[in-house]
Amino acid sequence: MTTTELGMPGSSPRAGTASVPRLPEDADTLTKRDFTSDQEVRWCPGCGDYAILAAVQGFLPELGLKRENIVFVSGIGCSSRFPYYLDTYGMHSIHGRAPAIATGLATSREDLSVWVVTGDGDALSIGGNHLIHALRRNVNLKILLFNNQIYGLTKGQYSPTSHVGAVTKSTPLGSVDQPFNPVSLALGAEATFVARTMDSDRKHLTEVLRQAAEHRGTALVEIYQNCPIFNDGAFDLIKDREQQQARLVHLVDGEPVRLGAEDDRQVLVRTKAGLRFVPEGEAADDGVVVHQVGADDPAQAFAISRLDTPDMTHVPMGVFRSVARPTYDDLVRAQVDSAVEKGGGPATDADLERLIHGRDTWTVA
Amino acid sequence: MSSKSVQQLDRVVIRFAGDSGDGMQLTGDRFTSETAALGNDLSTLPNFPAEIRAPQGTLPGVSSFQLHFADHDVLTPGDAPDVLVAMNPAALKANLRDLPRGATVIVNIDEFTKRNLAKVGYAENPLEDGSLDSWQVHPVALTSITVEALAGFNTLSRKDKERAKNMFALGLLSWMYHRPTTGTELFLKNKFASRPDILEANLAALRAGLNYGETTEAFSVSYEIAPAKMPSGTYRNVTGNIALAYGLVTAAHRARLPLVLGSYPITPASDILHTLSGLKRYGVTTMQCEDEIAGIGAALGASFGGAIGVTTTSGPGVALKSETIGLAVSLELPLVIVDVQRGGPSTGLPTKTEQSDLLQAMFGRNGESPVPIVAPSSPADCFDAAMEAVRIATTYRTPVFLLSDGYLANGSEPWRLPSVKDLPDLRVEFATEPNGVDAKGQPVFHPYLRDETTLARPWAVPGTPGLEHRVGGIEKADVTGNISYDPDNHDRMTRLRAGKVAGIADTMGDLEVDDPSGEAEVLVLGWGSTYGPIAAAVRNVRNTGAKVARAHLRHLNPFPANTGEVLRRYRTVLVPEMNMGQLAMLLRAKYLVDVQSFTQVRGLPFTTVELADAIVGAQTVSDNGGTA
Ligand code: SF4
Repeated sequence: MTTTELGMPGSSPRAGTASVPRLPEDADTLTKRDFTSDQEVRWCPGCGDYAILAAVQGFLPELGLKRENIVFVSGIGCSSRFPYYLDTYGMHSIHGRAPAIATGLATSREDLSVWVVTGDGDALSIGGNHLIHALRRNVNLKILLFNNQIYGLTKGQYSPTSHVGAVTKSTPLGSVDQPFNPVSLALGAEATFVARTMDSDRKHLTEVLRQAAEHRGTALVEIYQNCPIFNDGAFDLIKDREQQQARLVHLVDGEPVRLGAEDDRQVLVRTKAGLRFVPEGEAADDGVVVHQVGADDPAQAFAISRLDTPDMTHVPMGVFRSVARPTYDDLVRAQVDSAVEKGGGPATDADLERLIHGRDTWTVA
Repeated sequence: MSSKSVQQLDRVVIRFAGDSGDGMQLTGDRFTSETAALGNDLSTLPNFPAEIRAPQGTLPGVSSFQLHFADHDVLTPGDAPDVLVAMNPAALKANLRDLPRGATVIVNIDEFTKRNLAKVGYAENPLEDGSLDSWQVHPVALTSITVEALAGFNTLSRKDKERAKNMFALGLLSWMYHRPTTGTELFLKNKFASRPDILEANLAALRAGLNYGETTEAFSVSYEIAPAKMPSGTYRNVTGNIALAYGLVTAAHRARLPLVLGSYPITPASDILHTLSGLKRYGVTTMQCEDEIAGIGAALGASFGGAIGVTTTSGPGVALKSETIGLAVSLELPLVIVDVQRGGPSTGLPTKTEQSDLLQAMFGRNGESPVPIVAPSSPADCFDAAMEAVRIATTYRTPVFLLSDGYLANGSEPWRLPSVKDLPDLRVEFATEPNGVDAKGQPVFHPYLRDETTLARPWAVPGTPGLEHRVGGIEKADVTGNISYDPDNHDRMTRLRAGKVAGIADTMGDLEVDDPSGEAEVLVLGWGSTYGPIAAAVRNVRNTGAKVARAHLRHLNPFPANTGEVLRRYRTVLVPEMNMGQLAMLLRAKYLVDVQSFTQVRGLPFTTVELADAIVGAQTVSDNGGTA
């Protein structure tokens, strides 16, 4: 096998929405209302999806994009009903396949802002293959993965993020499956942007969406989402104000990785046995782990993602990784564009005729 | 050449056979090009193992290429070879049973060593034990003569020199049949532009083969086959896969839309992916996806965005894609699914042909999920069939199956090249304006408000202001496209989708019957790649004075409007298929006509002889007063 220099653009990072038409400067800005469809929302009362929907509807106007150039593609599951409630273009597709469909759309339409809405079962079980390949290719897609650690729409079976021992309808004696950590999985799959946030923290969620939208390439955003019907309180430990502070690790680029309240601050250090939190005063400066979203090597981000344990002792939140790499769709379009340009512009009838004639023709009079 | 005699022939079938490493496909291709350039009509049949390099010298490793050429209209690659070129004992053994007594066999005696003979179970050397006495055997030391001819090529290893023996064989056959070799020389110059030593060696081997025929006593006769009388025009030789790829590109060009292929490699469809990948200059986007499902997903995503989405595969891939095809039925978006059929079930016979995906294409999805089906009838016809598939997909906003097969994919024939501007105009109109009003009298867009004639829904692509809408796989309310679980609505939508596909018959023409006497009582009805064998068999039977009618289906769903009437016109309808009777089952179910099924699934096309026998048999039954 030989390889070739692609000789394609990609060195200068562009915003995720750089090629999407924007509203004219003097136009009225859109509001949350403009992104709300006329369809009745049909999630269960108290479902975390409501908060995420409200946050997304509230955030989209901020992008300043033409509404008709935004598309939401989803798979199957509770979360995948999302597109129906947004007044943009949308497709509610089939189980697990949204990243594949969105890849085709985003690659053939540079002028669209394409979002994928998926869940833990949709993205990590039936659609696991499409997810990892979208991530490695770095297609300009924003993937919102609602993780409620359960199958909701099919009424309560364990999912690929349910903990070992989880008692569900299909695991009456407890699940024996090792779960995926979606952030670790994404980092291992060559993802260029990986973040985690939570349904109930509107501010944090919105900030993560903002950064994801800004990123050119596949952005995977894991959103912890409560399912009050089948897995209520899955994230209570990190939602509870008292507990939260001791457990949530808010990742800030360029800052040491810290935990805890002012008076009980701990900091992440590198030890022979791996990463460990120690009281801030005890940490030697050179051992302190400083978070770097832009590091080429994802090893440290991966190590941070592994702090997360089922008992939620430490749960990192925020952007784990955000690096610039040429996107698949930009490269694919660039190859086509340059071939068209080299050929003298869009193919004419005569060009087509030359193609089908090939080299060896003969004429019968 | 003066001392040697020249005979005129009207047709010849040659089969080149050797080890998969011997370059027989290339040799066959080159001989075909030379033959095409000479103006003979022709048809080819490559036959190769699924393994890239099966163990050398073994029966499973034999690869062959058959070519039928004539001074008249050629319909099939020929039932049996008149000439077999056997590069080793395995090639002889694997092909001898297809060879009629008296046929010519050219064997490479260098390969008939004890070891090679033992590999294929020859206890005695068949060249010496008299077992080949009823054939005209020409033993030629192909390998050693080639090596000798290349003695001066000091930079080449013996292996490299041996490798040129296929060019020696081509040279010899080119002499025998008066083929021009200039095309091959040009081809070699391109292929080996970066290896001048290899190029010169191949050219030398080719010339050595020509000279060998000319000068040695072994071959006393050479043959001429006059050009065929073909309709005037410019021609090229083309395989089905290439013609199909070009048909897709040309259709997109005539539709003024980008072509987007989402695919996953699979035999025997991969050549379409390869060909389209090289056509970026024509605005073609190809994505080799992570699996079959992603391939069709990407294509459907592109269709949603206003492109012509295409996915290419074979039977096992269709099985994986079926859920997405169902989604496309529900979304009512254009999509072309190319299925280059091969032997099944499961992995089956990857490199062999079969027509056994018809029912999969027809019914292989959950729910009531009608999908139009188009089938090409010959390699060159793959071009027109691809254009027709795109026409149906874009006009009716529906996924369409294009059912090619391994025989069409790799087989080739002369193609009278169309003038692009005279091809159908496939332009479509996207929706640009709201098409309804809501309860408050405000303009709204109804994504499922249908065209009255075609029942197609509007194609409103993202980026169109005011037409923002959501589509999905859940049942939609008629007109508005909102989610609906209403029983009456589901019944209505199911019938609308079925009615839309049935209505395609309005724009596709009647089933034409070829019945010169108008008095035939037997109709032979086929579909897809059996066109050539059926037409050839019917011609043979007619030559005996019998009356027989023939028709061929290009559209399998819906059937042409007059199909039932045609079927009922004949006392006996014979349906030959390379499956267990799938079309026959559909015809019986739909038209309550007792059609006779004639089937084989040997991974090879029908022979003219077996079909002619079947037709004569049906004739006899018919004469005896109908059903047997
Ligand atoms: S089942 Fe759970 S996830 Fe699904 S809508 Fe109800 S609360 Fe939300």
